[in-house]
Amino acid sequence: MIRFLLKGILRDRSRSLLPVIVVALGVFLTVFMSGWFQGIMGDMIDMNARFSSGHVKIMTRAYDENSDQAPLDLALLNVTELTGQLNEEYPDMEWVSRIRSGGLLDVPDENGETRGQGPAMVTAIDLVSPNSKEVERMNITDAIVKGELPDQLGEALISNDFAEKFEVAIGDKVTLFGSTMNGSMMFYNFTVSGTIRFGNTLLDRGAIFIDIKDAQLAMDMEDGATEILGYFKNQPYIDEEAMALETSYNEKYSKKEDEFSPKMIRLAEATGMADYLAIAENMVGMMVFIFIIAMSIVLWNTGLLGGLRRYSEFGVRLALGEEKKHIYRTTLLEALLIGIIGSTVGTIFGLALSYRLQVHGIDFSGMMDNLGVMMPTVFRAVVTPSMYVVGFIPGVLATVLGSALAGYAIYKRKTARLFHELEV
Amino acid sequence: MKRLLYTVAMLSIGLSMTAQDAKEILETVDLNMSSENRVFESDMVIHGRRSSRTITSISYAVGDKQSFTEYLAPAREQGTKMLKLENKLWIFSPSTDRTIQISGHMLRQSVMGSDLSYEDMMDDRKLTEIYDASIAGHEEIEGRDTWVLDLTAIVDDVAYHSQKIWVDSERFVPLKQEMFAKGGQLLKRTTLSDIQKVQGRWFPMTMVYKDMLKDGQGTEFRLTSVKFNQDIPDYIFTKAALKQ
Repeated sequence: MIRFLLKGILRDRSRSLLPVIVVALGVFLTVFMSGWFQGIMGDMIDMNARFSSGHVKIMTRAYDENSDQAPLDLALLNVTELTGQLNEEYPDMEWVSRIRSGGLLDVPDENGETRGQGPAMVTAIDLVSPNSKEVERMNITDAIVKGELPDQLGEALISNDFAEKFEVAIGDKVTLFGSTMNGSMMFYNFTVSGTIRFGNTLLDRGAIFIDIKDAQLAMDMEDGATEILGYFKNQPYIDEEAMALETSYNEKYSKKEDEFSPKMIRLAEATGMADYLAIAENMVGMMVFIFIIAMSIVLWNTGLLGGLRRYSEFGVRLALGEEKKHIYRTTLLEALLIGIIGSTVGTIFGLALSYRLQVHGIDFSGMMDNLGVMMPTVFRAVVTPSMYVVGFIPGVLATVLGSALAGYAIYKRKTARLFHELEV
Repeated sequence: MKRLLYTVAMLSIGLSMTAQDAKEILETVDLNMSSENRVFESDMVIHGRRSSRTITSISYAVGDKQSFTEYLAPAREQGTKMLKLENKLWIFSPSTDRTIQISGHMLRQSVMGSDLSYEDMMDDRKLTEIYDASIAGHEEIEGRDTWVLDLTAIVDDVAYHSQKIWVDSERFVPLKQEMFAKGGQLLKRTTLSDIQKVQGRWFPMTMVYKDMLKDGQGTEFRLTSVKFNQDIPDYIFTKAALKQ
């Protein structure tokens, strides 16, 4: 029977071509959009994790409440002990300390007086240790425009835009001016070892990357850090696991009565990320739902048109004694085959385009010069196992559903009217 | 009609007398608080969330255009100097041997983590030069009778659009000041106490500044010595003096 129907589909293209194209197109769009959307959201989450929130982040309770002001005086202290404890209790995670602060980057003239200055966003990480993974994690090497990574304390990477604006050359001295942890004035000279550009305004605006030991010295915060970030060692971010970690840690160490006790927050809870993750999770489901509804309506309509075109055929088949139920069943089986063909074609093309964009991506940096959100400038799709079925199943379902609705008319055919129409 | 005209006339006279009185009060306050030049040593006690610390400094000022401050203690701040000339401010750091000019939004930042901004420290103009005053009433503060004046800025380049100021009605020294933004938000509150007679004028020796937008106990500014109308060498107010 299937072979018979398949022959019919292949030989009578007018019966199958339009539904196959419609299904293939719908499946292609669903698969591709799913991969594209997951890719962008995944990159965005990953970028935030690497640069800002980690998979989990530990701060003091007081710092967490005012984190938008990056208040150094509320930073964590005894970080070595805290990190050691974390490594011991949570060995599946990698823990790193960072200091984030604002300030002013000042460029001196030959007399040591201000030649130019601009606001600075200080990121202090483990920059010069040979075993540090921070450089790789933040993709700093690729972001270097001129010069090289600092290889000793006292060196810094500064924003390429800032360097160009104030004509700062590699090897020049710049002074970081701001506040220490105690609120005193902070002055610290750095030698520029390189300039960087990430292509994101949030990261590039006045960025200065220094080693955390320099920052601790400059900001008078011995063994201090504004945050400790935790990353799952062998897996991407999984919200359920992060939540379990967050709950167990906070129950054990975070005390409401002590504003300087540590508090862990997971990536999803960090500013806005919970919303992004919820959107990421729901968006694919919403797309599939809309796809099924829209495709069903289109295919219902196509089925109705096909039914009208095959009016005579059904009439003859009924006149020859074929049961309505059988005709309906074969129509559904035919739709199933069309659905499978269309969905296979759509999935293959959707996966192919997604794979291409996973490898190459599209660079939107030219359109994102003033973007204030931390997101990648090269948009990439991602191919995931779910994409093999995300379009395929709805494609088949929609085709069968559309035909089921259209074929219902067969039951309403009256044999007497049939003979009249056939002028028998 | 005659009665109405009489009432309007009396009200106008009353209002003009009040405005006149307020201006006179403010002028007397300026006579106490402002001087041709002054030299003072101070301890600034800054209360942080984790600890408190005291910063000692010596300042020289001429009118409202020139001032020079050298930080004497603690060790980390020792040798840091600030120079204000007109509306420009430079800070010298001995540890980096750098002189940095502070401008723009940085002037609104806190000085040494205190409740005072650079802008607060720089604005030494007489109150009568930047505010119009009106009397809002009488109140008692710490057992002393005060005039309550409402001040509204008459110039644009002022840090606070309006102020409410409680002036000791006998000594003509402010005992309390509240500074407001243009929208009416209370930005800072200052209480002045330990009023002493210095070279024939009443002067508050302790001031507590409270930034109302920040948590904390405020910053206590205690004058340990103050001298008016001294001979201050001109070279003090030069950038060269910063590195000496």
